[in-house]
Amino acid sequence: MSSNSFAYNEQSGGGEATELGQEATSTISPSGAFGLFSSDLKKNEDLKQMLESNKDSAKLDAMKRIVGMIAKGKNASELFPAVVKNVASKNIEIKKLVYVYLVRYAEEQQDLALLSISTFQRALKDPNQLIRASALRVLSSIRVPIIVPIMMLAIKEAAADLSPYVRKNAAHAIQKLYSLDPEQKEMLIEVIEKLLKDKSILVAGSVVMAFEEVCPDRIDLIHKNYRKLCNLLVDVEEWGQVVIIHMLTRYARTQFVSPWREDDGLEDNEKSFYDSDDEQKEKTDKRKKPYTMDPDHRLLIRNTKPLLQSRNAAVVMAVAQLYWHISPKSEAGIISKSLVRLLRSNREVQYIVLQNIATMSIQRKGMFEPYLKSFYVRSTDPTMIKTLKLEILTNLANEANISTLLREFQTYVKSQDKQFAAATIQTIGRCATNISEVTDTCLSGLVCLLSNRDEIVVAESVVVIKKLLQMQPAQHGEIIKHMAKLLDSITVPVARASILWLIGENCERVPKIAPDVLRKMAKSFTSEDDLVKLQILNLGAKLYLTNSKQTKLLTQYILNLGKYDQNYDIRDRTRFIRQLIVPNEKSGALSKYAKKIFLAQKPAPLLESPFKDRDHFQLGTLSHTLNAKAAGYLELSNWPEVAPDPSVRNVEVIDLAKEWTPAGKAKNENPTKKFYSESEEEEDSSDSSSDSGSESGSESGEEDEEGDSSEDSSEDSSSEPESESGHQSDTENRRAAKRNSKTKGKGDSKDGKKENEKSKTSDSSNAESSSVEESSSDSESESESESESESRKVTKEKEKKAKQDRNRLATDASLLDLDDFNPVSTPVALPTPALSPSLIADLEGLNLSTSSSVISVWIPSADLRATHQATLQQHPHVK
Amino acid sequence: MIHSLFLINSSGDIFLEKHWKSVVSRSVCDYFFEAQERATEAENVPPVIPTPHHYLLSVYRHKIFFVAVIQTEVPPLFVIEFLHRVVDTFQDYFGVCSEPVIKDNVVVVYEVLEEMLDNGFPLATESNILKELIKPPTILRTVVNTITGSTNVGDQLPTGQLSVVPWRRTGVKYTNNEAYFDVVEEIDAIIDKSGSTITAEIQGVIDACVKLTGMPDLTLSFMNPRLLDDVSFHPCVRFKRWESERILSFIPPDGNFRLLSYHVSAQNLVAIPVYVKHNISFRDSTSLGRFEITVGPKQTMGKTIEGVIVTSQMPKGVLNMSLSPSQGTHTFDPVTKMLSWDVGKINPQKLPSLKGTVSLQAGASRPDENPTINLQFKIQQLAISGLKVNRLDMYGEKYKPFKGIKYMTKAGKFQVRT
Repeated sequence: MSSNSFAYNEQSGGGEATELGQEATSTISPSGAFGLFSSDLKKNEDLKQMLESNKDSAKLDAMKRIVGMIAKGKNASELFPAVVKNVASKNIEIKKLVYVYLVRYAEEQQDLALLSISTFQRALKDPNQLIRASALRVLSSIRVPIIVPIMMLAIKEAAADLSPYVRKNAAHAIQKLYSLDPEQKEMLIEVIEKLLKDKSILVAGSVVMAFEEVCPDRIDLIHKNYRKLCNLLVDVEEWGQVVIIHMLTRYARTQFVSPWREDDGLEDNEKSFYDSDDEQKEKTDKRKKPYTMDPDHRLLIRNTKPLLQSRNAAVVMAVAQLYWHISPKSEAGIISKSLVRLLRSNREVQYIVLQNIATMSIQRKGMFEPYLKSFYVRSTDPTMIKTLKLEILTNLANEANISTLLREFQTYVKSQDKQFAAATIQTIGRCATNISEVTDTCLSGLVCLLSNRDEIVVAESVVVIKKLLQMQPAQHGEIIKHMAKLLDSITVPVARASILWLIGENCERVPKIAPDVLRKMAKSFTSEDDLVKLQILNLGAKLYLTNSKQTKLLTQYILNLGKYDQNYDIRDRTRFIRQLIVPNEKSGALSKYAKKIFLAQKPAPLLESPFKDRDHFQLGTLSHTLNAKAAGYLELSNWPEVAPDPSVRNVEVIDLAKEWTPAGKAKNENPTKKFYSESEEEEDSSDSSSDSGSESGSESGEEDEEGDSSEDSSEDSSSEPESESGHQSDTENRRAAKRNSKTKGKGDSKDGKKENEKSKTSDSSNAESSSVEESSSDSESESESESESESRKVTKEKEKKAKQDRNRLATDASLLDLDDFNPVSTPVALPTPALSPSLIADLEGLNLSTSSSVISVWIPSADLRATHQATLQQHPHVK
Repeated sequence: MIHSLFLINSSGDIFLEKHWKSVVSRSVCDYFFEAQERATEAENVPPVIPTPHHYLLSVYRHKIFFVAVIQTEVPPLFVIEFLHRVVDTFQDYFGVCSEPVIKDNVVVVYEVLEEMLDNGFPLATESNILKELIKPPTILRTVVNTITGSTNVGDQLPTGQLSVVPWRRTGVKYTNNEAYFDVVEEIDAIIDKSGSTITAEIQGVIDACVKLTGMPDLTLSFMNPRLLDDVSFHPCVRFKRWESERILSFIPPDGNFRLLSYHVSAQNLVAIPVYVKHNISFRDSTSLGRFEITVGPKQTMGKTIEGVIVTSQMPKGVLNMSLSPSQGTHTFDPVTKMLSWDVGKINPQKLPSLKGTVSLQAGASRPDENPTINLQFKIQQLAISGLKVNRLDMYGEKYKPFKGIKYMTKAGKFQVRT
C-alpha cells in the first residue's frame, strides 16, 4: 500500500499530492523520494488496487487523487474500468467523485461508460427526489450518443415528475441532450413546451434557458406563459432572472408596437429626453393617433422594475437593457441610477457597465447627465476604465458643463499614464468639434500643450490640432507658424507628418514659411520615417503647383531622392507625382488638373465616438461588448408596425369571454369610442347588479360623467401614454387607478383635480357600502396597491393574514384589469370584457369569508394565484 | 453557457481546470496569455477576449485569474458575476482564496464547482446551500474524518434547494442566539489642489452576522430612512415592505451576509473628515525636490480618526526620497515608486506630518504632474451620513436574541490631487 502511494506521489509531482493523501488516510507516509523510481504504469496499478479494495477509505483516497489529477489536467482515463465499478458505492462522497470522473471521461470511453447506465436508471426511480435529480443530472452529462433514447425517456419522465427540483434538472438535461444530438429537437421542443407551463419558480429560469438554446425562434411557445413568467419573475433565482429578462425583451420587441413616439422613435441624438415635454406638446397639437401601451407590455416593464435593486450586477444590467429596448423613453431614466451604482463594483463589472453606458449616453445624453461626476477619473483606475470614462464624459459634454469638464481634462492631460493623457487630448478635440462655443478655447489649450515636455502628448496634440484646423479653414496662420517651428523638435513621425500636411494644405496662407520648411525637409529626407517622407512628397508637389518659382528645384531634388527610396510605396508615389505635376511630352490630360487634384477642399474628418454604431447590438450582450456578432447572438427585431393579436397571451378564457371576443373583434374594424362606451354599459350593468343598491346608484351617476370625461381626455391628453386612467371604462378599475396614482403621487393622470376628487368620493362610498372587513383593511390594501407595481416578495408577507391576502388579490385583480381595459388603439380583439365577471366576483368576494371563490373565477390571476398559494405553503408560520 | 474554467496564477501556470461540457483544450488559454503580455499590468487585461472559436471571460482576484471559456452569446456580466461568486464562495469556505489553499483543497474545490454549475448554468450559488452539500474543511473535521472515515460530503440530502427560503439552512441551532449588524460607510472623494471637493459620495453597506436558531423573521428599521437614495438588497429582504414602510423585513441567511448596500443621496453635502496640506515641488535646476504633507481632522463629529495610511505613486523620475515623519512609519519603494506612510491615529493637538527631500534622476526632465495622494482612514462609531438604526425586532421564534449594531466610516476611493 505505502509503496504504491510513493509511486503516486512521483506521478502527480509534488508535496501537494502527499498532503492530499495525508488528509484522506493516515496510513500513507509522506515521502516522495522513493517515488522517483516508480513508473507510470505502476502508479496506476496502485490506484486500481485501492479502488478494488474493500475499504471505503482506500477507495475514497484513490478517488480524491484521481480528481486531483483531473483538476490539473492530467490524463486519468486508463483507470476508467476500475472507477466505473464504484458507481454504485454506498458512500456518498465516493459516489460523487465517481460521477465527476465519469462525466469527464465518458466521452472517451463510451463502451465502458455504458456499464454505469443501469445504476442511474435505477436511481431515476428512487423515491427521494434529490436522488432522482442527481441521477438525471449525471446521466444526461454523459456524452455518449448510444444512450440518447434512454436520456430522452428519462427527460420525458422527469418533466412530469412531481418534484419541481427534478423538473428543473430535466430542463437542464434538455440542453445537454440537444447538444449531444440536435436531431432530437422536435421531441425536446415538446418537453420544453410542457415545462414552460410549469408554475414553479425553480423551473422557470432553467426551462427558459433551454428554450433559448434549443428553439429561440419558437416565440409562439411563450405567448401563453408570458403573463405567468412576468409575474413569477421577482421570485425566480437571480440567474434565471437574467435569462428570462433577455428572452422577454426579445419577445416584447416582436409582440408589441413601439412605445417611442414616431419622431423620436428612430434616433434622437439631439433631443434629449428633457425635450420630451415640448415634443409632447407639439404632438398634442398635431392630434396624432394616441398610443396606448398594451397592458402586457406594461406588465413586463412594471414587474422588472424592482429587480433594479438586485445585488446581482447581471440582473441589474438585464433590467437596464430591457428598459432601454422596450420601455417608453421617458421611463428609461430610472435605470441610470442603478447602473451608476454598479460602478462601485469590481473592475470587470465596471468595464462592461461603462461600455453599455457609453453606448446609451451617445443616444440619450440626458439620462446620465446628473451623474456626470461619477465618471470622473481616478488616478488608481486601470487604463481601460479610464478611457471608457473619458468616452462617457465626452458624450455627456454640452454647453453647460463643458467648462467644468475642460478643467477636469486639464488634470488628466498631466496624468502619469501617458496613454490616458493622449486619449484625453483626443477627447478635448472631440469636445471642441461638438461644441462650437469652446472650439477656440480648446484650440488655444491644445497649442499650449505643444510646449509640453512629453513627446506623446505633443504628438497627439498636433494630430488633434490638425483635425481641428481642417474643420475650420479660417485664419490660423499663427498656429501653423508655431507648428512649423516645432518641426525642429518633434520626433514622433505621426506628428511630423501632420504638420507637413497642414503646411501643405495651407501653403498659400504661409507663403514664406512653407518653402523654407520644404528646404529643411529635403535635407533630412533620407533619415525620415516613411510616413513623413510621403508627406514631404505631398508638400513638395503642392508647393510646386502654387509656388513653382521658389520650389521647383527643391521638389525635383526630393522627387529624385524618392525615386531611389527603399520603400516601394514611396517610389510609387514619387513616380505618380512626377507624372502628374512635371510637364513633359507624355503627360496626359490629368496634369492640367493637378492643382485641383492636390489642393481640393478635403472633407474634415469626423471625430466620432467608437461607440457610435454599437447600438445595433442588444445592450448587455457579449456581442455588444465585442462590437462583433458572437456565435448564437439573437438579433433584436424591430418593433412591428401593427401589434400581433394580443389575445394569444390569454390563458384560460372562460365562457363569457368567448362571447365577448368576437364582439370586440367586430368593433375593431372601426375602433371608435362606441366600442368602449358599449362595453362600459355592459360593465356598468354587471357592476351594479353585483353591488349593493346604494353604490350602484352612485356609480351609474358617475358613469355618465366619466363617459364624457373620457371622451374629452382622449382628445386632449391622449398622446400621453401614461394617462390610461382617463380612458377607464370601468369604475372599479378607475377607482383602483386613482388610488394608485393618488398614493403614488406620480401625477400620472393629467385629467385634473376634479376627477381625483370624484374618485375619492367614490372610494369612500365604496368603503362604506362594502363590508366592514374591507374598510378595516382598506388602508392596508391601499398601501399594497401602491407598491404593487414594485412588489417583490409579495408573497413573503408574514404578518398579513390570509384575509388580507385575499384583499390584496382583489386589488391585484383590479390593477390588472386597469391595464386590460385600456382603450388600446391597436386593432386588436380585447379579451378584456371577459374580466367583468371576475370583477363581479371580486366585488362579491369582498363580502365572502373565504378567498377561494374569488380566485377561482379570476382569469389572469391564475398565475398570481399560484404564487399566492405558494406563498401560503411556503410560509408554514402564516396561519 | 460556461464551458470550462481555468485558474491561472500570476506566473502564468494553469493550476486548475474544470469542464462542464466537452473538454476544451487548455491551449485556448494561449490567447489569454497573449493578451496578458500586451497589457502591462494584470489590471489591464481585458475581461473579455475573443478567440476564433471561444470567448474568454476573466476576473482577476487574489492574484489569480479565473478564466471562463464561453462558446456562444451570453450576457458577459452573467459570467463575470458568477466568477466573482465563485471567488466569494472559496473565500467563505477556506478563509482565504489563494493558490496554495486551492491546491490543498482541490477535491473540495472540485466538488463545490460541480454543484455550482450544471451544464454551465448556475445551479446552487448560495453558500448556505453549498455548505449543506459539501461541508467546508476545518482542522477538526479533517482529524475526525481520518479517524472515523467519515466524509466531507453531507450525508443528509440538502433540503435548502427545495425550500422557499433557499438562502437559509433548515434546522439551525445555536446556544447563544445573536445578531450583529455593521453599518459601514465609505467616502469616495476627489479633492483638488486647493482643498475644495470635486466630487464626494457616500456608499454604505450593512453587513450582518446572524446566528439565530430556527426560522427567525427580523425587521430592522431606521431613524432616517430617507437618507438612503439607492439601495440594493440581499434576496431575503422583502422589497414590498421597504417600498411601503421603509422597513427591512427578512428571514436572514445563517451566518455572514451583506444585507443591504446603499448610496446616500447626492443632495446631502458630504462631510469630509480629513484634510491634507501638501507642498510638493520638483525643482529643475537641482535634482532635488521638496516634499511635505500634513494630515489633519476636519469634520469628525468629535471622533478620532484612526488607521490613516497615505499612499502616493511618485513619478518615474524620482530616484529616492529621504523623509522623516512626525509619527508613524513610511516606506518608499524605488522600483514601483510607491510611497506609503502608515500614520495611525491623528492627534488633533499634534498633527502628523511627513517632510523631506526628493532626489530626482539626474538629467531627466522635471515631472510635469505632482502625484495624487490616496488616503485611507477609519472612524469608529460614526456613520458619516448620519444614518441610524432605530430598532431590530424578531418574530417567529420565542427566545430573546442578543442584538448588536456597530457603525464605522472608512475612506473609499479618497484621492487628493496635488
